[in-house]
Amino acid sequence: MLETISQWLIGIGLAFDLFGCVGLARLPDVYNRAQAATKCVTLGTCAILLGVALHGLGVGSAAMFVKAILCAGFILLTSPVGAHAICRGAYLSGVPLWEGSVEDAFSRRAEDIRSKQAKERTVHREEAETP
Amino acid sequence: MSGLTVFNQVAFSVLLVSSLLCLFRIARGPSAPDRAIAIDILGTLIVGFSCILAVWTGLEYYMNIAIAWALISFVGTLALAKYLEGRTYDA
Repeated sequence: MLETISQWLIGIGLAFDLFGCVGLARLPDVYNRAQAATKCVTLGTCAILLGVALHGLGVGSAAMFVKAILCAGFILLTSPVGAHAICRGAYLSGVPLWEGSVEDAFSRRAEDIRSKQAKERTVHREEAETP
Repeated sequence: MSGLTVFNQVAFSVLLVSSLLCLFRIARGPSAPDRAIAIDILGTLIVGFSCILAVWTGLEYYMNIAIAWALISFVGTLALAKYLEGRTYDA
């Protein structure tokens, strides 16, 4: 019974991984690719890890269970943070949106951040020039 | 050949196809953030690979590899993002 549930979880996770990577290869710009790939692959890998945890419970290996649960929690916390940071960096470094996009809610905030960065850069330069 | 071996082989093939799609995006991606995202996703897929290996071979230490890979992949992704943020778009 436990083995069957674990195999179903692993299969569902594999399907999510595959569709996320198809999205990564097919969608038109960085932001679309990031959201498709990150959401699907995070959930898919967490499902695989839960399946492996149940498998460890089934074969009586407590270490495998605990490690798989730990790893699932860690991926669930860190993978969206990493993708968010990369998308923020992509927007601030000027990667354009897809031409079919209808709204850009981050543009005003990005202008603020850019002007702040420019100000910091001039302050650093003045500090470097004064002896 | 038992049913469990076939299941693991199918799981490995699906993960391999997903990794090939990621590699396609790394080779093809028009800008640097595309490649950074694809590398991040490839790291998460490798965690899945080690889990399937742990089930297939019955060796527990593959789970240690998965945990360590997830940690290091996160640090690398944050470093790439920090590098992208202070850089103008030039490709």
